[in-house]
Amino acid sequence: MHLSLAVGLSALLFGTGVYGVLARRNAVAVLMAVELMLNAANLDLVAFDAWFKDNLHGGQVFALFVVVVAAAEVGVGLAIVLAVFRLRDTVAVDALTQLADRDPPARADTVASDSAP
Amino acid sequence: MTEWAWLLPALPAVAAALGLVGWRLVPGGPAVVAIVGSAGALVVAVALVVAVEGDPARVHESARAWTPIGGIGLNVGTRVDGLAAVVAVMVCVVALLVQVYSTAYMAGDPRYSTYAAEISLFTSAMLLVVVASDLFELLIGWEVMGLCSYLLVGHYWQTEGARAAAVKAFVTTRIGDTGFLFGIFVLGVGAGSFDVSAVTAGAGSMPHTTVVAGALLLLCGVVGKSAQFPLHVWLPDAMAGPTPVSALIHAATMVAAGIYVVARLYPVFLAAPVALTVLGIIACITMLGAALAAFAEDDLKRVLAWSTVSQLAYMAAGLAVGGWTASVWHLLTHAAFKALLFLAAGSVLRTVGTNLMSEMGGLWRRMPLTFGTALVGAGALAGIPPFAGAFSKDGILAAAREHGGGLGTSVYVVGLVTVFVTAAYVTRLVLRTFLGSYRGHARLHEAPLVMTGPLVLLAGFAVLLGAPVLPSSYGVRSWFGVPAGSEPLHVGIGGVLLTSAVALLAVGLLAWQHRRQPATDPIDALGRAALPLRRAFWVDEAYSAVLIRPVHALAAAVVEIDRRGLDATVVGTGRTASLAGGGLRLLQNGNVQAYLSALVIGVLIVVISVSVAVAA
Repeated sequence: MHLSLAVGLSALLFGTGVYGVLARRNAVAVLMAVELMLNAANLDLVAFDAWFKDNLHGGQVFALFVVVVAAAEVGVGLAIVLAVFRLRDTVAVDALTQLADRDPPARADTVASDSAP
Repeated sequence: MTEWAWLLPALPAVAAALGLVGWRLVPGGPAVVAIVGSAGALVVAVALVVAVEGDPARVHESARAWTPIGGIGLNVGTRVDGLAAVVAVMVCVVALLVQVYSTAYMAGDPRYSTYAAEISLFTSAMLLVVVASDLFELLIGWEVMGLCSYLLVGHYWQTEGARAAAVKAFVTTRIGDTGFLFGIFVLGVGAGSFDVSAVTAGAGSMPHTTVVAGALLLLCGVVGKSAQFPLHVWLPDAMAGPTPVSALIHAATMVAAGIYVVARLYPVFLAAPVALTVLGIIACITMLGAALAAFAEDDLKRVLAWSTVSQLAYMAAGLAVGGWTASVWHLLTHAAFKALLFLAAGSVLRTVGTNLMSEMGGLWRRMPLTFGTALVGAGALAGIPPFAGAFSKDGILAAAREHGGGLGTSVYVVGLVTVFVTAAYVTRLVLRTFLGSYRGHARLHEAPLVMTGPLVLLAGFAVLLGAPVLPSSYGVRSWFGVPAGSEPLHVGIGGVLLTSAVALLAVGLLAWQHRRQPATDPIDALGRAALPLRRAFWVDEAYSAVLIRPVHALAAAVVEIDRRGLDATVVGTGRTASLAGGGLRLLQNGNVQAYLSALVIGVLIVVISVSVAVAA
């Protein structure tokens, strides 16, 4: 099997993941999209491992690590999503904008006009 | 003994420090601290007189190097001769009596402890000026006195007038002090040492320009400190302070320091006749002008303040015409009778509750002791024998007559005219305050013993200080070491008779006027001619127009430029920055996906650019 097929599939998966992370509103869907990206990377690792005929199979070992990390990440991620849902009754990512730089009570120019006599 | 002279400024300084911070530790409180401090200094001063009077011209010096600055070192130490010892006794006596008097006068004042400590510091600074062996040491005392006068004149800082007067006193004397500082530089560099002895000894051999420049610059400080024209304006306003402070400032410290410095550095001034001529001209103007202003003043304390200005001008004139001994002697007698007059005035003001003579009158019945002692002081001030002021003032006039020339003659003539005016305003003061009928509403009573005691003592001095002249003029001369080149003291019967006749003429004239119209103020008899006198020849108004208002206008312009120019630039910079920042703030909308989109776009741009760069 030619490498380009695997790499092409991986790129497709990764692009879908990026689209999902950037465009989906549901936090669970965003997590799933992240999984897609991770697995796209896994596919690349395995494909190149086979292509280079690595004796130590570093690519495969590394892919296993990524699977473990991804499992942990999903665990943490879903826990956060649950907590957010309990607090706010929503998991829509674009509704969670509390960290926006909103207008503070005292703006810079009001301070400046205070200092003028 | 003279190596212990450092105790002289040290004891009151310790009393001041203790009075400021630790008077609660001392049984009896601040009054005891202050009185013990001045009394200790008085004991030291008397011991010094005993030690040096065997040979008053000999200079006893004990100094050690303090700190090397550049090429010329600074010494710290004491320099005692007859002049210093006698003046020190005068300072200590007046300071002690003022402290005793203040315990009653300032009773109940919430800031008495601070007040007493400041007076101690004032005394200490004056004594430092008196015994200093180094010009910079002298300058330290000189400047500390300026500070103390500021603090004490502004003692009643709650009142607008006291605050303004304190600032005026400080700033006006400061103007002169700037010249004084540079005078010290010029003389010290010229003589190669800041030592008083070295400067006086080297005055003759310095280049003439150096001596003249140094003496004229020193004169600036003297004119400021001793309240001579054109820097005399602070002294009448300084009456806003408590009356005992006025007694101290006018008799023993501050204004006496200016005259003392001229007497101390007399060889420098002798080597620069121009400076002496300038001093003489200033003194002539001040002498007569201040006496005339005193004649028109209704405020009792301000009358005395103007009289101080006028009497200091006598001393300055005496020094200008070579009457060194007479001037220093007048300094001593003036200290006695002016302290007396101020303390008597304090005793009056405390009872009647006003400074205005138009609300006094007839006080002699209820305050006989104050009246009697004030009469002695008035006689001494007016120059009527047998009171001390008559002889010392005549000594100055005699020196002027003997000096001759344009300067001597003008000092003599102006001095004689001023004797007349002085006697006139003194008579007016006595008439308006003590004689006639009472025009106020207060309940009159004599002051307590603590206040009348110092009055009686000072009255004694005001008589006795004239005594040395009676057999011959030798007695006064032997007190001080007279510097070479000054006229000997000659007080003749003829001169005394002339001055006292002039003075008595004025007294008689006013008494006649009073008998004719007992209810009117003598100044009203002058009619419209009195206006320049009442306004003190518009000197304050002139300063206001020429200096103060332009400076205020300049300050307002500077504020405006700062607000419209500099400040606006700063504020504008801040506003521009926050406006520019406002655009970037829009990106921080809190939507994580927007951030990530930007991130991805950024990564793509980097990757594409790197690929293109590598491919190329």
